[in-house]
Amino acid sequence: MEVFERDKKYNEYLNSKIPKTKPWPSLFHAFWIGGLICLFGEVIKDLLMLIPNMSVENASVWESIILIAIASILTGFGVYDKLGAYAGAGTIVPITGFSNSITSPALEFKREGFIFGLCAKMFIISGPVIVCGVIASIVAGLIYLIF
Amino acid sequence: MRKIGKQTIEFENMPNIISSYSIVGPKEGKGNFSQYFHKILDDDLFFQDSYEKAERKLFLTATQEALKKCDMSQQDIDVLIGGDLMNQIISSNFNARELQAPFLGVFGACSTMVESLIVGACLIDGNGFKNAVCVTGSHFSTAEKQFRYPLELGTQRPPTSQWTVTGAGCIILSSKDSNVKITKATIGKVVDWNVCDVNNMGGAMAPAALETLYTFFEDTQTKPDDYDLILTGDLGKLGSEILRDLMEFRGYKLGANYGDCGQMIFSNEQKVFQGGSGCGCVASVLSSYVIDRLKCGKLKKVIVVATGALMSTISSQQGDSIPCIAHLVLLEGKDV
Repeated sequence: MEVFERDKKYNEYLNSKIPKTKPWPSLFHAFWIGGLICLFGEVIKDLLMLIPNMSVENASVWESIILIAIASILTGFGVYDKLGAYAGAGTIVPITGFSNSITSPALEFKREGFIFGLCAKMFIISGPVIVCGVIASIVAGLIYLIF
Repeated sequence: MRKIGKQTIEFENMPNIISSYSIVGPKEGKGNFSQYFHKILDDDLFFQDSYEKAERKLFLTATQEALKKCDMSQQDIDVLIGGDLMNQIISSNFNARELQAPFLGVFGACSTMVESLIVGACLIDGNGFKNAVCVTGSHFSTAEKQFRYPLELGTQRPPTSQWTVTGAGCIILSSKDSNVKITKATIGKVVDWNVCDVNNMGGAMAPAALETLYTFFEDTQTKPDDYDLILTGDLGKLGSEILRDLMEFRGYKLGANYGDCGQMIFSNEQKVFQGGSGCGCVASVLSSYVIDRLKCGKLKKVIVVATGALMSTISSQQGDSIPCIAHLVLLEGKDV
C-alpha cells in the first residue's frame, strides 16, 4: 500500500512537471498546411476538369491518385516527415498522410527483403485505419440497409 | 575487492582506464562535445547498406581504434564486454564475431556502458584478467525502427521525448597503471515507480538514478559536494530536474557539479526536446570528455550513474510500466 501511494504521488508530481504542447500554434500549423494540401487538390481537380469529356467522378479519382503519388515521392525524398513534424494532423488527415503511412514503412523495411520486409510491413501503420474503415463501412451499410 | 554498505563495491587493485575512443554521428558532432569526440561521421549510414550494419561498424571502429591507442591488438583482448539496444544485442554480438575475442554480452539498456565497466573492473580486480575491453553504442535510426515509427513517417515527437544518440564508445580497462582508475561501483536495483509513458524516459528513470545515487552516498558516507562531477547517463532535461528534486527530498542536494550526458550532448538549437538517450549517449561522453578531463587532472573524482529503461515494445503494449535500473562507477584521476 505504501508503494502504491508513493507511485501515485510520483505520477501526480510527474504530470505537473511535463511540458505541455501549446495547442494554438499546433492548431495553426495543422490548419494552414492541411488547408494548403486541400487547396492544391482542388486546383488539380479544376485543371483536370479542363480536359474534354472529364466527369467530376473521374476528376476526383485522378486527383486522389496524383496527391497519393506526390506524397509518396516526397516521402522518398525525405521531405514529408519534416512537413509532418511541423504540421502534425495537417499532414496526417488528408489522403497524403495515408500515402506517407504506407510509403514510410515500405522504405524502412525494404532491407528485410521484398516479401517479409517491404510487402509484410507496408501496412503496419495504415493497417488499423483500413480495418477500422472496413468495419465502420459495414456498420454504416447495415444501418442504410435496415432504415 | 570488498563490499561496503548495501550495494557498493570498493576495488582494492583499482582497475585502470588505459584507453578510450568515441565515435559519433553527424548530429552529435554538431552538439556541445564536438571538440572532444575522437571521430565524427559525415554520414550516419557509415558506408553500409543498412543502419544495423552501420551500428556494428561503429562498435568495431571504436574497439579497433581504442586498441590502437594503447598498442594492443585484438589477440591481446582478455575479455570483451558490451551490449546495445537492439534485440538480442546483435551489434555487440557481431562486433565480437569480428574481433574473435572472449565475449560477455550484457544488457542494461542505456546503462550498459557502466554495467560493462563494473563487470570488467571486477574481473581485473580479482587478479584474473590483465585487460577488459568495454564497448557499447546505439544508433538513432535502428532504435527508431525497433521502438518507434519508420523514419520517414510524418509524426510529431512529444515534448518529453529524447533523441537516441548515434555513437559508440570503447573503454579499455587494464591492470597496468594509468592516470584514471575505477575505485568504487554501485550495482543498481530494478526500480519501477509505475510510470507507463514510453515517451517520458527521463521521468521513468529518475527514481532508479535516485536509489542508486542515494545508496552510494549512504554506503560510502559521503555527500555530493565531495565530488568534482556527478554525471547521470541520459535522464534528459526533465529527468535531471526531477532527480534534483528527489535527491533534495532525500537529504542530498545536488549542486552545480551535477550534470546529465543526455541534456548536455546536444545544443539547444538542435531541437531534440529533452536531450539525448541511448547506450551511445553516456558511452560517447564518458569515453571522450570525461576521461579526457580526468587524464589531464582537471577533474579528480567523477561519479557516473548510467540509467536504463528495461522495457520492450511488447511489455509496453501489454500495459506494463517501465522497470528501470541505474549503475554507478566512481572514476578517480591522479594528480598530474
